[in-house]
Amino acid sequence: MPWEHYEHEADIGVRGSGATKAEAFEQAALAMTAVVADPVLVAPRERVILGCEAPDDELLLADWLNAVVYEMSSRRMLFSRFVVRLDGRRLSAEAWGEPVDVARHHPAVEVKGATYTTLRVAPHADGWLAQTVVDV
Amino acid sequence: MDLALLRQTGEHRWEIPMQGAMRVPAVIYGSEALLRDMDHKVYEQAVNVAMLPGIVEASYAMPDAHWGYGFPIGGVAAFDPDAGGVISAGGVGFDISCGVRCLHTGLARADIMKVQRELAHELSRSIPAGVGSTGAIHLGEAEMDAMLAGGAAWAVKRGWGSAQDLARIEEGGQMKHAKPGNVSPRARKRQRDEMGTLGSGNHYLEVQEVSAVFDARIAAIFGLRQGDIVVMIHCGSRGLGHQIGTEFLKRMAISAAQHGIHLPDRELACAPIRSPVGEEYLGAMRAAINCALANRQILTHLVRDVFRAMLPRSELPLLYDVSHNTCKVEQHGNRQLYVHRKGATRAFGPGHPDIPPALRDAGQPVLIGGSMGTGSYVLAGTKESETLAFSSACHGAGRAMSRHQALKTWQGRKVVDDLAARGIIIKSPSMRGIAEEAPDAYKNVSAVVDAADAAGLARKVARLEPLICIKG
Repeated sequence: MPWEHYEHEADIGVRGSGATKAEAFEQAALAMTAVVADPVLVAPRERVILGCEAPDDELLLADWLNAVVYEMSSRRMLFSRFVVRLDGRRLSAEAWGEPVDVARHHPAVEVKGATYTTLRVAPHADGWLAQTVVDV
Repeated sequence: MDLALLRQTGEHRWEIPMQGAMRVPAVIYGSEALLRDMDHKVYEQAVNVAMLPGIVEASYAMPDAHWGYGFPIGGVAAFDPDAGGVISAGGVGFDISCGVRCLHTGLARADIMKVQRELAHELSRSIPAGVGSTGAIHLGEAEMDAMLAGGAAWAVKRGWGSAQDLARIEEGGQMKHAKPGNVSPRARKRQRDEMGTLGSGNHYLEVQEVSAVFDARIAAIFGLRQGDIVVMIHCGSRGLGHQIGTEFLKRMAISAAQHGIHLPDRELACAPIRSPVGEEYLGAMRAAINCALANRQILTHLVRDVFRAMLPRSELPLLYDVSHNTCKVEQHGNRQLYVHRKGATRAFGPGHPDIPPALRDAGQPVLIGGSMGTGSYVLAGTKESETLAFSSACHGAGRAMSRHQALKTWQGRKVVDDLAARGIIIKSPSMRGIAEEAPDAYKNVSAVVDAADAAGLARKVARLEPLICIKG
């Protein structure tokens, strides 16, 4: 499964996997969207450009997810397609989505931020895994 | 939790002796049954907090403690700046100054039941709640600065409430020494349209009935009688606080090594109180506390407008407003300490000068939010809480089940119908949100409150049961 949720007593874990680290990051962001709403219901109509930088892979994952949280929160949008490019510890990305439509998206809960709890970026099977718990 | 790992030092007090890198012991308050049901992660997190530099006495966990991030939720820890003590952005968390306030109404159950459906509808129309909602107040930069420095006092100046409200809020409604200049443009942008919004998740606004009084003397001082109707509001510092938490978590995680701090868990990201980043965070966090206080004040104004229109003889004076996720400078004994409360309530005992004079003989009101169907409680701070856990008590029921599991177990519509059959009206833009917040996903709030009372952390005063619940 390219993305999934996992258990945290108060909140929820988001996990992405893929052939590359960038793909795992994309899937983790999709898992985070799914905490809010079913990504299938979100049309990738508008593009937002994002970027971030951190001293290691794990902080970079948290930073990336928090960059997406920021765009969701400040633009009141949801995203269903992500394209991530990694250049060392620098990340640039496109997020595709649309403004929140409560009637159509049935959003459950907003994400306050990506935490460092169970934060992990590691080789996994034939590819990569990227995960952390998000605070809702 | 495996009780064999703990030393029972009182009927409701359990100690984890110092071991490894712990600088102080850890202490968990609760009944044997609550402790048995606690996740082992609470043990690990309480131990990790005990390893932080400058921690004083013990790392405490309240009876509602559950697995958090870095700190357990329900965690209390005090740090001494003179002993290299730290301030932790992870310890305060993302929802800075999330808290609860309780308003009297002067009404009785019969008054509400006559208009229950219409009142629920009007409240749900007037209180912006849920994902993507925006408030009617949009702040420019100068007003944003004034709000971040002034808190609820700023809101009152703008006409949203009265000076009497301020006396019933921690810090008099205005956290001093806030530094709006330390709040980033991104944090400000997230807040631009979010003033006067409830948020989502476990945040709510409830109309409740006082269903039981346990301490008649203190209840009388608090102005609570059986059958009274009150309004409870639970929410925090919205996007601004979340963004400040996010930014300083990263900065402190990176700078910890430079300060020679070993973090047993990166989420415990912290900095010495006396360091540039520590001081910068303190100023920004205090501004976020003001944002939360202003937000709850604006929501109060919206609620009063709805009540005034539908129930003209109602008045909604504030009983009290408490914050759950904070770090505050407090005098304990002969030391000034930086007390972190993560999902825990300050609970000053009778006579404390920071309690408003009209309530001082009773102790500070401690407002405990329950889940949608299970009721809430009002407690009062005790004298002995000072020595038990730096005058702190629990903050809510605490989750017993993850959101993931709750969603698999319940359907939102069924939860709404079941509660309606019990006379409770739930309004929410999200059925999925309701399923994730189903009453049985939480611990038994009565057991948590009984344990807090029995442990001496706070005294049980009254129980409140919901009639209307507006969920984000």
